[in-house]
Amino acid sequence: MSALATEPMTSPPSGGSSSGSAFLYRHPRLRLTGLLTAPMLWLGVLYLGSLAIMLVAAFWSTDEFTGQLIKQPTLKNFHTLLTGQVYWVVALRTLGIAVAVTVIDMILAVPIAFTAAKVVKSRGLRYALVIAVTMPLWAGYLVKGYAMETMFINNGVIDWMLAPLGLKGPGLGIPATIFSLAYLWLPYMILPIYAGLERLPDSLIEASSDLGASAGKTFRGVILPMIVPSLIAGSIFTFSLTLGDYIMVKIVGGTTQMFANIIYDNVGVANNLPLAAAAAVFPITVIVIYLLAVRRSGALDNL
Amino acid sequence: MNLSKSARWGLTAITGIVLVFIYFPLLVVLINSFNASKVFSWPPTSWTTQWWSKAATNEGVRSALLTSVKAGIGATLIAIVLGSMVAFAVARYDFFGRDSISFLVILPIALPGIITGIALNASFSTVLVPLGISFGLFTVILGHATFCIVVVFNNVVARLRRTGSSLEEAAMDLGAGPFQTFRDVTFPAVRSALVAGALLAFALSFDEIVVTSFTAGPGVETLPQWIFNNLFRPNQGPIINAVAAALLIAFIAPVYLAMRMSDGPSRVVQVGAEP
Amino acid sequence: MQRLSRLFTITAASAAVALMAAGCGSSTTGGGGSSASSSPTGRPAPPAMTAATAVGEGEGELNLIAWAGYAENGSTDPAVDWVTPFTDATGCKVNVKIGNTSDEMVTLMKTGQYDGVSASGDATLRLIYGGDVAPVNTDLVPNYATISDFLKLKPWNSVNDVAYGIPHGWGANVLAWNTAAVTTAPTSMGALFDPNSPYKGKISIYDAPTYIADAALYLMRTKPDLKITNPYALDDTQFAAAVDLLKQQRPLVSSYWADYTHQVASFDSQESVLGTSWQVNVNLINADAKVKVDSAVASEGATGWSDTWMLASKAAHPNCMYKWMDWITSPKVNDQVAEWFGEAPAQTKACDVATAGFCDQFHALDAAYADSIYYWTTPTANCLDGRGDICKDYAAWVQAWTEIKG
Repeated sequence: MSALATEPMTSPPSGGSSSGSAFLYRHPRLRLTGLLTAPMLWLGVLYLGSLAIMLVAAFWSTDEFTGQLIKQPTLKNFHTLLTGQVYWVVALRTLGIAVAVTVIDMILAVPIAFTAAKVVKSRGLRYALVIAVTMPLWAGYLVKGYAMETMFINNGVIDWMLAPLGLKGPGLGIPATIFSLAYLWLPYMILPIYAGLERLPDSLIEASSDLGASAGKTFRGVILPMIVPSLIAGSIFTFSLTLGDYIMVKIVGGTTQMFANIIYDNVGVANNLPLAAAAAVFPITVIVIYLLAVRRSGALDNL
Repeated sequence: MNLSKSARWGLTAITGIVLVFIYFPLLVVLINSFNASKVFSWPPTSWTTQWWSKAATNEGVRSALLTSVKAGIGATLIAIVLGSMVAFAVARYDFFGRDSISFLVILPIALPGIITGIALNASFSTVLVPLGISFGLFTVILGHATFCIVVVFNNVVARLRRTGSSLEEAAMDLGAGPFQTFRDVTFPAVRSALVAGALLAFALSFDEIVVTSFTAGPGVETLPQWIFNNLFRPNQGPIINAVAAALLIAFIAPVYLAMRMSDGPSRVVQVGAEP
Repeated sequence: MQRLSRLFTITAASAAVALMAAGCGSSTTGGGGSSASSSPTGRPAPPAMTAATAVGEGEGELNLIAWAGYAENGSTDPAVDWVTPFTDATGCKVNVKIGNTSDEMVTLMKTGQYDGVSASGDATLRLIYGGDVAPVNTDLVPNYATISDFLKLKPWNSVNDVAYGIPHGWGANVLAWNTAAVTTAPTSMGALFDPNSPYKGKISIYDAPTYIADAALYLMRTKPDLKITNPYALDDTQFAAAVDLLKQQRPLVSSYWADYTHQVASFDSQESVLGTSWQVNVNLINADAKVKVDSAVASEGATGWSDTWMLASKAAHPNCMYKWMDWITSPKVNDQVAEWFGEAPAQTKACDVATAGFCDQFHALDAAYADSIYYWTTPTANCLDGRGDICKDYAAWVQAWTEIKG
């Protein structure tokens, strides 16, 4: 690593600072090293190191009986996963659910974020609206999960409300899972979009309508392109959280399995860390490819 | 800004509908906290306040709340320090590998919690446990801090980019050293971004269950874990509805204050508008 | 103490290594391989460890893994509390981690953070041979003397007549049904497997690989051609038949339950009206009084559990664990647990203080009935019925279970 170019300070301090301070001033590279050492130890060594330890385990196996790790390299786990039809089915199902959740959240989030950022005039009301949207984050994942079960379960709240119309809810299953996950992750989509819209100057939108563009055209032509990074940022949350969720689907999914269940069932339940680690390669690959693809869009600055 | 009346009405209506969508399940939680049935059966046929009185006198919930607050504060403090260090490095210096660093910071939150959890669990048990450090609150804080760094980083880096370095340059030109510049110029400029980042970091830590379950030792029970354990006990389920409802109400004021302090609900705020 | 126990572990581990290196891996399950090193299925002896000879002062703390309902501290119901009196009597503060399945318990025990576990038979041997639990000196547990003889030194809680724990209680997995919806009481497991079942989409099934044994038990009675003799010892053909039966069952299932509140809610809401259950679930559903549920052991017999309190080999608080094992098998406490959970107590004297009729209802003292249950056991490649290395091991069971759920 080398510190270059953007060093703005050109004249030395003329006094009033300690000698240590002056020393640091004269050595920007040292300052940079000082800034980066601790975070890099944490993220580069602790975190990436942990991921590496896990991924190495993907090439091990476990004693079928005692569950002890056998640390001899094998491709058995990958073979099991790639040849088992069920794993493909579950992986595709999970991706489908993740896409559905993301799309639903985008559709719900854009109007409310736009209202908060651009329509509401009073600052107090704007705060209130954003707080109203983020408050459910404090209610707890599991509490909301069981509220969802109360709603979707047979003879639950939804059935009870639909009964006068002679209808019945979808019950527990994939639709309930999609709805519940979309509900849980919605604030994570609203916040980046709100931030993106707030940055967007009103004048731009006004210019568009002054030039005769309809509301729809202004939205498609001006607003949407400007908030694409925010949408991507939100989708990283919704996508990644959905790929990793194994609890909600147990609560509201009926007999449905998602990919994280396969990971969890192997590591948290069956004590087969190697197979779980091999399975973890799938979500890691999906997310890393997605992150690399959107890196240039500036979305990563919007998380 | 100016919108046609119909557009305004349409947006208000959609906002209303989304708010109903958001709050309806919470209303169900609130109603269920008075539901006499032990298994959330619907519609409630009889009512009780026993879950609230049980929640108020429950020792488990208080110690779990305390554990969660400790874990949240620990993780948030680490995230503030590390997150702003990376943010300064990325915003104020140009160096080889800068893009990779932003990527690395984001990774722990972009990868599903179960992966972070398994990875940390595997490395803690291969590295820390042989050193005599067993799983406990400490390992929970390590785990939470890892994915909290990103929110502080993003808030601070956005602020630093927005404010630019001209004020700092001016301070330096006027003779202030780096420490003084930081104390008198840079820190006040990023203070509100730090508050916003810290709030979000605390929130992430407070509701975390997956990474927690892979990094906590016996006897360490955060609030989400307490809720999880109690959902799986007969006769105990409804008490969590009362706890959740109480938490929601209890958090409105601090969240609102923190937002006021951070000068706006989002991280992006003009420096000129600092209170 | 901590250092001492680590030293002990190291000694035990090196002893184990020495044993295996010396080729002393004698197989305890007949028909095993010839050379211990080349045969992956021959079972070496468990790591050598010696049991304690005395119980000293409590260490002030105790970390347990337990089935829900086994270690109640009054937080579920203030009246249901046998942990607080234990803490008062011994000074051992108890932390309880609920394990939802046997697999989860084994995984938790491997973390080395717990002092003891209430392990079922499909976990015990894995823990013993994995070196995760230590032998128990039953002389140091006075209440052991009066525990039912048919639970002592059994294959699932001992190796070569060395006890690895104290029996706690046992019971059978039952058929449960909503009496209003299911008017003719089912007597056979067939009710759960009938593709034309009138209760299609309303059946609740236990969510664990070990449930494959229930299908195998049903096939054992209904398809003699398969020649199944033990539902936990299945060769390729037998295993495939059981898995097929379960795949065919899947469309009938409303939900798989791993935690019992889930099943209670499922029955209460009438999402499920029939299923496999535990007596404790049935009691809870009836206590809610939303629906009325009845239960019975199927005519094909039943799988079941026999649970044992085991002492972790790395226990940081072994004295507290010994005190706990004696406490939980004392007549009054053992009765409390058994009545709360809905199982037969291991302690014969528990029946002296039990609610009238309770011990009869659960056949607590009936050795013949106890022997008729197929207790959860870990399937191994080396068939449990002595046919050699042709059986599906537990890893295959786990993978098949993922496939069955689809």
